[in-house]
Amino acid sequence: MSNTGTIVGVNGNMITVEFGGDVQQNEVGYAKTDSLELKAEIIRIRGRRADMQVFEDTTGLTVGNPVEFSGELLTVELGPGLLTQIFDGLQNPLPQLAEKCGFFLQRGMYLPALPRAKSWDFTPAAKPGDTVTGGDTLGTVPEGIFQHHIMVPFSVRSECRVEEVAPAGAYKVEQVIARLKDDRGQALEVTLMQRWPVKIPIKNYVERIKPVDPLVTKIRIIDTFFPVARGGTFCVPGPFGAGKTVLQQMTSRQAEVDVVIIAACGERAGEVVETLREFPEVMDPRTGRSLMERTIIICNTSSMPVAAREASVYTGVTLAEYYRQMGLHALLLADSTSRWAQALREMSGRLEEIPGEEAFPAYLESVIAAFYERAGLVRLKDGRTGSITVGGTVSPAGGNFEEPVTQATLKVVGAFHGLSRERSDARKFPAIHPLDSWTKYTSVVSDKDVAAAKRTLRAGTHVEQMMKVIGEEGTSIDDFVTYLKAKYLDDVYLQQDGFDAVDGATPADRQKYVFGIIVRILETALNFADKDAARKFFNQLTQKTKDWNRAASGTPEFQEIEKQIQAGLAEVTRS
Amino acid sequence: MKKVYHRIEKIVGNVLTIRASDVTYRELAEVTSRRGVSLAQVIRLDGEFVSLQVFSGSRGIETDAQVRFLSHPMTIPFSDSLLGRIFTGGGQPRDKGPGLYENPIPIGGPSVNPAKRIIPRRMIRTGIPMIDVFNTLVESQKLPIFSVAGEPYNPLLARIALQAEVDVIVLGGIGLKYDDYLFFRDFLDENGALGRSVLFIHTASDPIVESLLVPDVSLAVAEQFAIKGKRVLTLLTDMTNFADAMKEIAITMEQIPSNRGYPGDLYSQLASRYEKAVDFEGAGSITILAVTTMPGDDVTHPVPDNTGYITEGQFYLRTGRIEPFGSLSRLKQLVNAKTREDHRTIMNSMIQLYASYRETLEKQAMGFRMSVWDTKLLKYGGRFEREMMDLTVNIQLEAALDLGWKILADCFDPAETGIPSKLLKKFWPEKAAV
Repeated sequence: MSNTGTIVGVNGNMITVEFGGDVQQNEVGYAKTDSLELKAEIIRIRGRRADMQVFEDTTGLTVGNPVEFSGELLTVELGPGLLTQIFDGLQNPLPQLAEKCGFFLQRGMYLPALPRAKSWDFTPAAKPGDTVTGGDTLGTVPEGIFQHHIMVPFSVRSECRVEEVAPAGAYKVEQVIARLKDDRGQALEVTLMQRWPVKIPIKNYVERIKPVDPLVTKIRIIDTFFPVARGGTFCVPGPFGAGKTVLQQMTSRQAEVDVVIIAACGERAGEVVETLREFPEVMDPRTGRSLMERTIIICNTSSMPVAAREASVYTGVTLAEYYRQMGLHALLLADSTSRWAQALREMSGRLEEIPGEEAFPAYLESVIAAFYERAGLVRLKDGRTGSITVGGTVSPAGGNFEEPVTQATLKVVGAFHGLSRERSDARKFPAIHPLDSWTKYTSVVSDKDVAAAKRTLRAGTHVEQMMKVIGEEGTSIDDFVTYLKAKYLDDVYLQQDGFDAVDGATPADRQKYVFGIIVRILETALNFADKDAARKFFNQLTQKTKDWNRAASGTPEFQEIEKQIQAGLAEVTRS
Repeated sequence: MKKVYHRIEKIVGNVLTIRASDVTYRELAEVTSRRGVSLAQVIRLDGEFVSLQVFSGSRGIETDAQVRFLSHPMTIPFSDSLLGRIFTGGGQPRDKGPGLYENPIPIGGPSVNPAKRIIPRRMIRTGIPMIDVFNTLVESQKLPIFSVAGEPYNPLLARIALQAEVDVIVLGGIGLKYDDYLFFRDFLDENGALGRSVLFIHTASDPIVESLLVPDVSLAVAEQFAIKGKRVLTLLTDMTNFADAMKEIAITMEQIPSNRGYPGDLYSQLASRYEKAVDFEGAGSITILAVTTMPGDDVTHPVPDNTGYITEGQFYLRTGRIEPFGSLSRLKQLVNAKTREDHRTIMNSMIQLYASYRETLEKQAMGFRMSVWDTKLLKYGGRFEREMMDLTVNIQLEAALDLGWKILADCFDPAETGIPSKLLKKFWPEKAAV
């Protein structure tokens, strides 16, 4: 017996529904007309009326249309076949949708996320008689480069006895591969896929542990100065045009993790297109396979329905949690969390809630905190570890970080990569501000060296500001050299040529080596006759070091340039 | 035939409320009052109450005006006979031509499936060096012109429209001054481009609700032409008026404002229009150039700010010139590697030198001594501004690149430009070396 209600009001993408039976908060329902079926989610219940946000344009709905409640929260499908896919915020596969509907995203079309017809090679790992519970592995299937674990549904809380496990062979996602019996004698069938509500974290692990290992992105300013740990969180706020998306694209390519999930949330479609057209062509140096094989793209761009945009970040993090349960390291990149927050604001406005700052809802902070808290490094039952690292971009209005979304995010993340308009205008890439940004994680290089480099930067900036007032003439030669050293560090280490194959991706050990030498240069007391000589020396040194950055590690060229740098330095070193 | 309703319960702003049944969301209705007939659209259903936004405004509507529902949402007739015509935001002829009714298509349709988009790959030539050389316009790009009131943004837009190699021009005028409307019409007509143009014009004196329809109507028409394989250039001027109209209506609807009075969904509203820019695989394309005036030259104002997050770059129009700093075409690197081998080098070198020129200007203003290098820069900057930046300059890309080399050679020694020697050998003009 299905539970239905009737529409009594329509306001933008919010409908008010009068219901007869019982419903639950965040339950999904379908608003039906003669020709359409539109997915919606309950966001408020008052008396016998529920306010629902519709995940589609509501044109054509009318008072009196029926709404069928599903009895489920908003769920996603978890199983083999997620990797390489491109979904919208509700996990509709977009390429398949295009095959069916052509150029445009037709309303009310919902396709299964996992391919139903595809067979997977199942190898059992559990045997009859075993005791298992939610999250335990029953067998594996190969999915691209990974052994994809088929797990007991996460919702199973009790101890179950395995009654039967299917023999090794090819199975489709909906086929039963195991029968379990729980402690009350209830039978349970397990298929290759399971469903999970996106707004509830998957917690079938033993404990969360402190993230320590750095997540290497091969971007020097991040790994050396503002590192992110595997299982940590970071945010990248910046005004438009500062390179947020480019930085995320670079991270998604280079980050040393197993699975990358890109949640393109309310941003330009063109940028997603670049990713989804290019990734299949790019080789992942770690596996030798196409980058797409470790990637899932959730794409709910700015012109797609707003309510689905809100769901898209949750869809993304749920998929990440699923892979974490297999002992893999996942990276979720959400671009941009501001658009997600704006989706919350739009809905809050429709609900006529009392607004907080800049009309964002008062619960904005707790929602953002809860989202980032789904990141983390965990120890699973069998001792393996898995992690989710979450990186979100923030698009603050007017590039001003003093706005609610940036501030709420800063409270909960472990690293802050603030992009600066000045640096991006000066075509400095990455435009991460070296003095304003911070991190709570450990760098790939020694802390002492980082502190020394930061001291030089700070001193150099100080001199630079002074020089604007008193001119170069009034600056002492020692101060001037400090300024040049800071500029040198910025030019050759903080900035990176993203288009150059070698310079664009600096591995951790190379960072250690090169940074060590650069810090020594910064610490060396230098002797110059005058400012012109100093400037000339640093111009040459910068040029040399940039060439060095472009030379592949271990090549004769690399060693030769290093020798030249050292020799040049020796000439001006104060004895 | 649907029932006609006579009793209006409430009139607030441009919105009137009646009791009616069997009305669908976004349905159109005809409101007949003593003032005449106007279209209206359902914007809210609440039980038996239906709220309608009246396109021509609510002024003069009496409580017993007739409301007749039309059973369909807003549409616009589409056919090739649109070309050469001028309409209002509501789709009524503005040019004394016949009304069009055949083949109605819905406006504000669904967005394009990202999986069906392709990476843009064709340059649009405009004959304006500041665009072609330095911030190349790419087919299917969405790009606003940021400027303050009083800048010649409409003439610039008209000129780009005329010179761009596209099949169809769709002009959407929002809150246009009547003079500006006449300027566009006459300019396109005199230059023989009106025959491939469709104009949807809302002037400042027209009802505000109609202005909200202009981008949707323009883009719906553009989309149909694009699907038929045409390369369409859509011009929207001025999107700040569009945002202001949304603000006005949101406030009268008692919506909670977010930033400086603008509604919370400003970003989504603007994005759903700009994102119509597309290059269809196997069909045509839509390129959007829009004017966004910045109140008080403030780029952090909500309209330019949100626009900047949506569009693929921006042109800053300041003191009658396209400013090289701040202006950006995010898609230029997709095309400028294929034009001519010296394109990127000229682009970067000339801008870097121009930046140095600006620094020298500052030094000069502060009374510092000018070195030999400074003098060279001053000469260079002057010529760059006169021969490249000036908007009256109208030359093809290749000629502009050659001109770039000539200016460089007249002002500098080859080594001072920082250009790789390989290119210097090939392109550095001979006579200047003497």
